[in-house]
Amino acid sequence: MYRLRLWSVRHSRGLERLYKWVEGTMVALDPLFSRLGYDRVERPIAFVERNVKGLLFDCEMCGQCVLSSTGMSCPMNCPKQLRNGPCGGVRPGGFCEVRPWMRCVWVDAWSGAQTMRNGAWIEEVLPPVDRSLKGSSSWLRVAREKAAARRAAPVRSRARAIVARAFSGARRNEPASAPLAEEPTSAVNQEAQR
Amino acid sequence: MSGSSEFTHPFQAYEAPPLGHSSGSRLERVLRQGRFAVTAELNPPDSANAEDVFEAARPLAEVVDAINATDASGANCHMSSIGICSLLTRAGYGTIYQISCRDRNRIAIQGDVLGAAAMGVKNVLCLTGDGVGVGDQPGAKPVFDLDSISLLRALKTMRDEGAFLSGRKISSPPHLFLGAAENPCVPPLEWRPERLRKKIEAGAEYIQTNYIFDMPVFEAFMARVRDLGLDKKVFILAGVGPLASARAARWMRSNVPGIHIPEHVIERLEKAEKPGEEGKRLAIELIQQIREIKGVAGVHVMAYRREHQVSDIILESGVLKGRRPEGSRRARTTPGARSGREAGDEVSSASMETQPSDEGVR
Repeated sequence: MYRLRLWSVRHSRGLERLYKWVEGTMVALDPLFSRLGYDRVERPIAFVERNVKGLLFDCEMCGQCVLSSTGMSCPMNCPKQLRNGPCGGVRPGGFCEVRPWMRCVWVDAWSGAQTMRNGAWIEEVLPPVDRSLKGSSSWLRVAREKAAARRAAPVRSRARAIVARAFSGARRNEPASAPLAEEPTSAVNQEAQR
Repeated sequence: MSGSSEFTHPFQAYEAPPLGHSSGSRLERVLRQGRFAVTAELNPPDSANAEDVFEAARPLAEVVDAINATDASGANCHMSSIGICSLLTRAGYGTIYQISCRDRNRIAIQGDVLGAAAMGVKNVLCLTGDGVGVGDQPGAKPVFDLDSISLLRALKTMRDEGAFLSGRKISSPPHLFLGAAENPCVPPLEWRPERLRKKIEAGAEYIQTNYIFDMPVFEAFMARVRDLGLDKKVFILAGVGPLASARAARWMRSNVPGIHIPEHVIERLEKAEKPGEEGKRLAIELIQQIREIKGVAGVHVMAYRREHQVSDIILESGVLKGRRPEGSRRARTTPGARSGREAGDEVSSASMETQPSDEGVR
């Protein structure tokens, strides 16, 4: 919802804290998820994530959440889906070039970032979205990434390795933006499977 | 059959750029030598005739270091940037290959960049692109798979790591001088310098800005750029162009994305007896003011439908200081008489050694 989305940006500091807590909980639950199988928990968790983040951020379930790096303003709501800042077409007053009635997602992102503890993350160059992950849970992805990093799991995908290297700063802050851990079947090309 | 015998004019081997250069392009050399560079935009023809491209390029080549070939700017369909660049580079002109993220995904873009490089293209300009809605075919599907900044990093990876985003190796990586755009006069004004820093971080080596008509805003932007030390890390070419009339200026302001023209500029055109001449005068004055701003490395002239004025504007502004851009030597030769290398390479790689740039490698 547009209004709620704007509210979220105004309360970016509090939501950043909440988000960190959710993420921490997911990471802590990794042993449980592993036992149950990430493949099996994917759909129920994605369902919850879709509804919560859909309400607060107009989340599009790109599966590679970077809200902590974008002032809690979801960049997938930018009509050009820019991940690295506003385009050159922003209208006077900070309105969108393509949808003139909407505030520019990135003007909001930059103001949201000002109050956040990790506001400086907005300066990190983020990688392009991996479109095959659309519809999957970003929370679970972070849990897998952090657990895999702890285990120093081997990286099997050459494509993922080069993106993670080329965008190493983004990966440090937002592991789900350039993931390396192996994906469960249910987390890839979900949209296509439906 | 040997490879080169298939061509009337044999291609040379893909050579490495001189030390400290990314591409060795004419534009890069001029900038690294600390000279005030001049570039201009070519209006792409709606035609399949190569002669139309050469005709548009000839008057520009006399006065610029590189010619920008726009990539369906304003989402209007014209001859492609890669087509124009390959014609012009092979005829010996310095070109800037503009790549917009609006129309092509990462597979198409990476492949095109290799193709362009093979045809002699050395400068690229990474753009996000205007939305399809403002163009001549608003029903088209917008792509935006990458954004200008991830595009920069992708091309930097191709060049420096010799690999596609898929990790697959590129046996002969492209030598590219990477550029990006910046729009210092539109919101969020306070974050524009930070966004510029992000572009540099992603790989931008030179910047061409959108039209500058508001000097106080541009000066404030440049002051912040200098405070951040960005003028030492990137070459900034400020965008300038002649306005045809007050009406045209108003139309541009409300219909072309990202154009900011202050009211006093429009009033000046309104009062003028010959608005066209006044627009030209204004462009010359802007160039002269811009040249005095610390940290500006050149100007980029965009003269949509006023191409005939470009040469006068540049010459009368005096920015070339009697220098004859190397493009001028090419302008009179027949198209196709050159190989894939940019003309004048021999001359200036030699002169490079005798003229070390005091600014070093930026």
